[in-house]
Amino acid sequence: MGARPAAAAPGPAPAAPFAAFDPAALRRRFPIFNTPREKPLLYLDSAATSQKPDVVLEAMNRYYAGYNANIHRGVYQIAEQATEAYEDARRRVARFVGAAPREIIFTRNSTEAINLVAHAWARSTLKAGDAIVLTEMEHHANLVPWHLLAAERRIELRFIPITDSGELMLEALPGLLADGRVRLVSFVHISNVLGTINPVAEIARQAHAAGALAMIDASQSVPHCRVDVRALGVDFAAFTSHKMLGPTGIGMLWGRRELLEAMPPFLGGGEMIREVKLSGSTWNDLPWKFEAGTMPIAEAVGLGAAVVFLEELGMDAVFAHDRELVGYALERLTEVPGLRVLGPPAAKRGGLVAFTLGDIHPHDVATVLDRDGIAVRAGHHCAMPLHERLGVPASTRASFHCYSERREIDALIDGLHKVQKVFGA
Amino acid sequence: MDDLYRENILDHYRNPRHRGTLERPDITYEDANPLCGDRLRMDLNVRDGRIAEVRFSGTGCSISQASASMLCEAIEGKPLEEVKKISRDDVLEMLGIELGPVRLKCGLLALKTLKAGVYGIKDWPGEVEGEDQ
Repeated sequence: MGARPAAAAPGPAPAAPFAAFDPAALRRRFPIFNTPREKPLLYLDSAATSQKPDVVLEAMNRYYAGYNANIHRGVYQIAEQATEAYEDARRRVARFVGAAPREIIFTRNSTEAINLVAHAWARSTLKAGDAIVLTEMEHHANLVPWHLLAAERRIELRFIPITDSGELMLEALPGLLADGRVRLVSFVHISNVLGTINPVAEIARQAHAAGALAMIDASQSVPHCRVDVRALGVDFAAFTSHKMLGPTGIGMLWGRRELLEAMPPFLGGGEMIREVKLSGSTWNDLPWKFEAGTMPIAEAVGLGAAVVFLEELGMDAVFAHDRELVGYALERLTEVPGLRVLGPPAAKRGGLVAFTLGDIHPHDVATVLDRDGIAVRAGHHCAMPLHERLGVPASTRASFHCYSERREIDALIDGLHKVQKVFGA
Repeated sequence: MDDLYRENILDHYRNPRHRGTLERPDITYEDANPLCGDRLRMDLNVRDGRIAEVRFSGTGCSISQASASMLCEAIEGKPLEEVKKISRDDVLEMLGIELGPVRLKCGLLALKTLKAGVYGIKDWPGEVEGEDQ
């Protein structure tokens, strides 16, 4: 572990703007920023979904215009071509996260990837009285599938608590694992609200020592920093294309091969079978065992192009850019009176920052900002228990990607002063 | 500063009418907007078929709070029969603004809560096209 430290242990953010790529020049590669509109788009919601570069849109269009055919079925030329493009995307994703291609299962999104584990692994393995450890900072995607399972199987859910500054209280983990009933520790790699980068390798080590598996929700990490699933030492990782410059509609589950092979299928249908008789079926090999029905082919092709785009930028450069922006944002946000930042200091977080502004409701904050073309997220960001823990009903969040610029943060600060003018006492 | 935050909305938001709770309300109902976690509770006392007193409480954005304040102002003292007829368009007219599909739910949370409390209608007002009660 630690061979690729960027994923697990954040170093200090660079002092000067990172020069590996120029975000202003990069924006020209993203058609949405060149589309004429009343006010230029200042997009600070990349944690919800990232924008898409031209190469992604072109790759999808090339598929539809040039070789649209179903995969793994036809033996004609364009069907072969489509199959090759789909599997090429899988190989690229696998290499991107340090996995073997057959360990990458395409799903609809991260949520479905977690549900896949909850159904195919947990329901075939766990029994009443077993326990699962989650954390207080989880997205609903890593809570609700386990609520459903817990109710069905009498599985106990335990939670690693967080500190007031939004970090996991790791000292609580040994106690949660002590009775040997925990079968899985499932937790977020980078929090979508706090930005906190969790110590994945350490949590996985403790989980394994207690006889449990470890799964990460990597929705906010794979798109932003170098993630090597093997180096991190986890057993499953869920992430999604649309946050990593790719299209919506396709997500990924990575799982260790021996686990995936032992698991029963998730959804039944075409493609996932080896042989079907009226009385029953046998399953296809990995990864197709988990890919029932026609998959999002164009989306896989677009995702493959997004991975190439990210690799060309370099994930270390993307991460450094995120961290430079979040450092700048945290510094400037202190200028706004009554503003409370949720989560840890810049050195411990990824490229996002959520905050509250006095008693002004985040919807009102976001609506006033929208008048200046600034797109931020307002609400509970699918993390209601976390907001309850922090004692706030909702928050406003600004989040970044490679095309984000300092001037967008400057506009945000100006906008927040306007919000106070409208709603201030 | 702009159309959405007209003076009447900011006025109701800053100085809400009928904010609070009733001690022993005849009807009390609480609802939430799952999109943003906003909560709203309405307490009503009914006498002789009229809404004698109404109070609202909860948390939410300026649109949902102003809409609750305006709705309470509009219904106190009115016969239930008349209140029954209040539609989503009436509330939007009171607010005097255009709302997109997301903020629409903020604007209609009070009416939804009122209707659920008084008549047990739990759908969002006007959720289904052409169905506006």
